Amino acid sequence: MKILSIIVFALILVAAVGLFARNIKRMIRNIKLGREVDRSDNKKERMAQMLRIAFGQSKMVRRPVSGFLHVVVYIGFVIINIEVLEIIVDGLTGSHRIFAPFLGGFYDFLIFTFEILAFLVLVSVVIFWLRRNVMNIKRFMMGELKGWPKNDANYILYFEVVLMSLFLTMNATDFILQTRGVEGYAHAGEIYGSFPISGFIVPLFEGMANSTLIIVERAAWWLHIVGILIFLNYLYWSKHLHILLAFPNVYLAKLTPQGKFTNMDAVTKEVKLMMDPNADPFAAPDPSAEEGEPESLGAQDIFDLNQVQLLNAYTCTECGRCTSECPANITGKKLSPRAIMMKTRDRLEEVGAVINKEGEWKDDGKTLLNDHITTEELWACTTCNACVEACPIGIDPLSIIMEMRRYLVLENSAAPNELNITMGNIENNGAPWPYNQMDRLNWANE
Amino acid sequence: MSEALKVPTAAEFLAQGKQPEVLFWVGCSGSFDDRAKKITKAFVKLLNKAGVEFAVLGAEESCTGDPAKRAGNEFLFQMQAMMNIEVLNGYEIKKIVTACPHCFNTLKNEYPELGGNYEVVHHTQFLKSLIAESRLKIEGGKFKGKKITYHDPCYLGRANDEYEAPRELLEKLDAALLEMKRSKRNGLCCGAGGAQMFKEPEPGNKDINIERTEEALETGAEIIAAGCPFCNTMMTDGIKAAEKEGKVEVLDVAELIANAEDL
Repeated sequence: MKILSIIVFALILVAAVGLFARNIKRMIRNIKLGREVDRSDNKKERMAQMLRIAFGQSKMVRRPVSGFLHVVVYIGFVIINIEVLEIIVDGLTGSHRIFAPFLGGFYDFLIFTFEILAFLVLVSVVIFWLRRNVMNIKRFMMGELKGWPKNDANYILYFEVVLMSLFLTMNATDFILQTRGVEGYAHAGEIYGSFPISGFIVPLFEGMANSTLIIVERAAWWLHIVGILIFLNYLYWSKHLHILLAFPNVYLAKLTPQGKFTNMDAVTKEVKLMMDPNADPFAAPDPSAEEGEPESLGAQDIFDLNQVQLLNAYTCTECGRCTSECPANITGKKLSPRAIMMKTRDRLEEVGAVINKEGEWKDDGKTLLNDHITTEELWACTTCNACVEACPIGIDPLSIIMEMRRYLVLENSAAPNELNITMGNIENNGAPWPYNQMDRLNWANE
Repeated sequence: MSEALKVPTAAEFLAQGKQPEVLFWVGCSGSFDDRAKKITKAFVKLLNKAGVEFAVLGAEESCTGDPAKRAGNEFLFQMQAMMNIEVLNGYEIKKIVTACPHCFNTLKNEYPELGGNYEVVHHTQFLKSLIAESRLKIEGGKFKGKKITYHDPCYLGRANDEYEAPRELLEKLDAALLEMKRSKRNGLCCGAGGAQMFKEPEPGNKDINIERTEEALETGAEIIAAGCPFCNTMMTDGIKAAEKEGKVEVLDVAELIANAEDL
């Protein structure tokens, strides 16, 4: 029986981890569809940024209520995972509370902490659910969350409730079994663990016979670990990927001032050539230059975005802090930075699904531009960086908006007409308005 | 207007074989927009008073390319940038001050990779250093107790992390500085950035400048201080829309200081 359960456990574990690895591989493959970008600089500063913002949650707590609750769930998640480690070792060796004899009193302290955290997580999750479903908070009510995104968010909360309840049930029944000295649970009169929370639900189980208790305890133990493994595999389909990706995402985030936009190298080459008086306009192209299709200027589809931008899309937790700070969105425009990230991920998944099916990318006649993100959204942006500043995990929706504007203007000449006039003025007389450059100093004598 | 403004050009400095201490980048708005020209003049008066040896490029200045870049026209931006860099490097300019956060951001952050390396400061930062060096003194009397709220320009604040210099200057006026609901890194855009200044907004239920002006008015301020000519235009329009003209003024930080000095 013991051997059988070890085998079953090992099989489930291997299958779950294997499936998860396959999904992560697909995700990495999809991210690599984007253009390469070098973020290998300033390793120390990047590490510090990751520790501060991702690990230390420094931007989360800028909104005190949701920030505090998130920190509770986050700490709970990280610390309770130590218990998951024990559960896995127990499952693979057929042991019971294998860490206890090694850790002694510290083990009791650990279980005590896990229980307190489990309780706090439960409370936080309930508040989160109320915020999302009852309290009419604008950023949770917006159109882009209809359907799957809203369900996804709630599923995660339900998952947490079930997992934490199972954990506490497991502890409560285990405690009774330990005190009753049942074989397999008793440890020579010693009680392993300390149960400040599950102690309250012990009365629920005290009337049960030992055999029933063992079934309840085992059921809770198995459902808890299987639940965690299901959750692991749910991540890829969920906004919950951030629990892993927030770290690399913050590490790779832009370090330069937010106002600094990239200068396009391809354009620099052209402009330098144009301005070089020695350049021969009729020269044949350099035969040693790279062959192949030149990259498009700006972004029409996910292939034209860089890999960090695609990682951003997978990392987005759809919290909507960006959108709630966006001046365009606040004043009723269609633009929502969160939707920009969600649509980028949707398109990336759409492309990924074709590759999964066909074995390689085959044009599906769609693009990120127009089929997912409209020009109306793109032109509503004031480039104010409020979304970038608001994101607790270093996502840069503005950079995607800019790349797509570049595509519209440089490849399609599709700027709004007023902007074409503005740009014509800059080109002809060096100012966005139709004034003569020679009059630039007139103010000094007026 | 006590005396005529002294506005020497870089060409005049060169002709005399001299180097200016700093180049004042006036910007398109500061050169051509009637409202912004007043900011330009106020700042020049302060420079004159402090005895700063500054120069302007005059007719040799051209748009930095900021609106073109933010509208997606990288090509036009880089053309503008390279032409400007050629002029600036020709005069061996080391330090630039500008009253426009858009010019400031572009010159400071986007020109270096294209060959334009200068120390670039916003006029509020420059004024702050003039005061620190005792080259300029501010008497607060005129604004004592006046309620002023400061609107953070995106391209000075979030874009370049400068929230304090303009506020320090305003505090020197002995004014009562009131913060809006959204300020500093959470400051709401005036609606002009990203080339929005030059186009109609997309359909929505409100204009951004109206939303922002309402926030400013909620503070009960009599003066909205700005540090950007475009923000100034947007907020001034917002004040008109709210029918508060004559009751609430929109003034640049440099104008406030120049007013305090009766310049």
